[in-house]
Amino acid sequence: MTCWETVGAYAFRSLGYGEKLLPRSDFTLCQQFTLIGSGLIWNIYFGALALLFGFFFANALAMAKASHNPWARKPAEWFIFVFRGSPLFIQFFLAYSALVMLPRGGIDIFGLHIATNWLTSAWAGALIVLFLNTAAYAAEIFYGALMSVPKGDLEAAEAYGIHGWSKFRRIQWPTMLRLAWPAYTNEAIFLFHATTLVFFSGFPAFQQRGDALYYANYFADKTFNPFVPYPIVAFYFILLTATLILLFGFVNRRLNRHLPSNIRSKIRLRPRLIR
Amino acid sequence: MFSHCADPKALEGFSWLFCYLTSGKHLDFYTSFLTVLTLLAVTAPTALAFGFGGAMAARSHIAPVSWLGKIYIVMVRGVPDIVFFMFFVIALDQGVEWMKHQVVCPDWKEPIRQGLEFRVCPEAKVPLNSSSQIWHQLYGFGLAVFTFSIVFGAFAANVLYGAMNAVPRAQLETAESYGMTPRQVFRRILVPQMWTYALPGLSNLWMILIKATPLLFLLGVKDIVYWARELGSAKTQAYSYPHPDWRLWYFLFLLVAYLCMTRVSEILLGRLSARLNHGQATAAGEAMRRAAQ
Repeated sequence: MTCWETVGAYAFRSLGYGEKLLPRSDFTLCQQFTLIGSGLIWNIYFGALALLFGFFFANALAMAKASHNPWARKPAEWFIFVFRGSPLFIQFFLAYSALVMLPRGGIDIFGLHIATNWLTSAWAGALIVLFLNTAAYAAEIFYGALMSVPKGDLEAAEAYGIHGWSKFRRIQWPTMLRLAWPAYTNEAIFLFHATTLVFFSGFPAFQQRGDALYYANYFADKTFNPFVPYPIVAFYFILLTATLILLFGFVNRRLNRHLPSNIRSKIRLRPRLIR
Repeated sequence: MFSHCADPKALEGFSWLFCYLTSGKHLDFYTSFLTVLTLLAVTAPTALAFGFGGAMAARSHIAPVSWLGKIYIVMVRGVPDIVFFMFFVIALDQGVEWMKHQVVCPDWKEPIRQGLEFRVCPEAKVPLNSSSQIWHQLYGFGLAVFTFSIVFGAFAANVLYGAMNAVPRAQLETAESYGMTPRQVFRRILVPQMWTYALPGLSNLWMILIKATPLLFLLGVKDIVYWARELGSAKTQAYSYPHPDWRLWYFLFLLVAYLCMTRVSEILLGRLSARLNHGQATAAGEAMRRAAQ
């Protein structure tokens, strides 16, 4: 099997296309690169969708946490505390065992039939957990930024007669986003890193369709040689991280475009090991 | 454990629950919390020591030493942590066995990597195949602690390196002008002052370390996650305490336990930070001074 054929057979293996059986002997470097790269599709899927949905929810949460009304503030505070204070790993396990308990046949509410079995599969269940988790982390970042919007900006807005919702939309929110963006970039990077936990935390890999680390682990188990597959995962993730920094850098430049160059905020990669 | 628990099938209600929660396996579950706490207690100082060494190496004036320190700091960034955890454990295990192999059986002819297998002579196995179960467990735990320390050491090194650079230059120059040697400056001025700059980063790391402990499960240690899965899964009538799938409740218990741990640390670290900021020339110290007036 040439390398090109291997790519054809395994490039979309993680989605269920191509060769059914995973390679069992005579592992080549090409196979490892292809399969692990194929698994990366899942990491990107989880990361991108959770980030997209999480962004909107995080904004709502940050606003709720900053609100003076305890009915909005308290739930938001608790939500953020629970998801930031506990390991993501436990959250995955908990979510999986909770979703498994839902009745298999689905639930009937007012004659409306809701199927539930799709929730236990990784693409939905793990996505929900990641979405809630990233929303909590990002909400804390946004809340911090919202609190550090310069007082002068708000006073200037009032002086121009901009009040209420209009003030929030035109002054507070853009400034908050600008201040939060470097930290949010890091959050995005570590969300992508966290997606590698999915298939190690209860969610089964249906028909061996797993993510990058799942396949790397498969190869390491079969070959007893961790020195090839894990560096490949690392290589892919460094590429992914670099791409993310590039994309978020564009947005950062746009958010800072009105400022003189010496006070623009720059994105710095800050380590945060695990959630 | 208790005499009235001898026949679990005859028990009802509260006494059943009491006996269930004090069964032998549950006691193992409770001891596994100790495993996690031990891991935290051993890893935190070790990682701090690694971090201190890394930061000192990165600050060194000898170029190769400084490169080593900087490479160590950069190494763990950009790659998912869990990759490191899985990689390190196997790599360490094989490295230890390979070195012992070189020493114990030097006249072993066969190659160590036979295609797909990693084979050392039986005497070089760590721990030996014949040794008791407890040694296997201890060895696994030791590997886990070492892995945690290396990875967290890199992060601590990053924090401490930043903190050492954040100590005002004037303080060090004053010390030098008093005639202190570089060593004395480091020990008497730099190290005592850097903690206030390092504490936010270090407390963040501590929180992360707490939340990383469930990864022990992935490293093959019988930790709380292992026991929660084991005890929670559905038990048929063949077991002394049959019950349906209770994993949800066990994981909920773990979640609450972790929330308590992080909350308590948050409060304690807040106090420590207030103490360290006292009288410091930082924004936080200034705020404390204002508030006291």
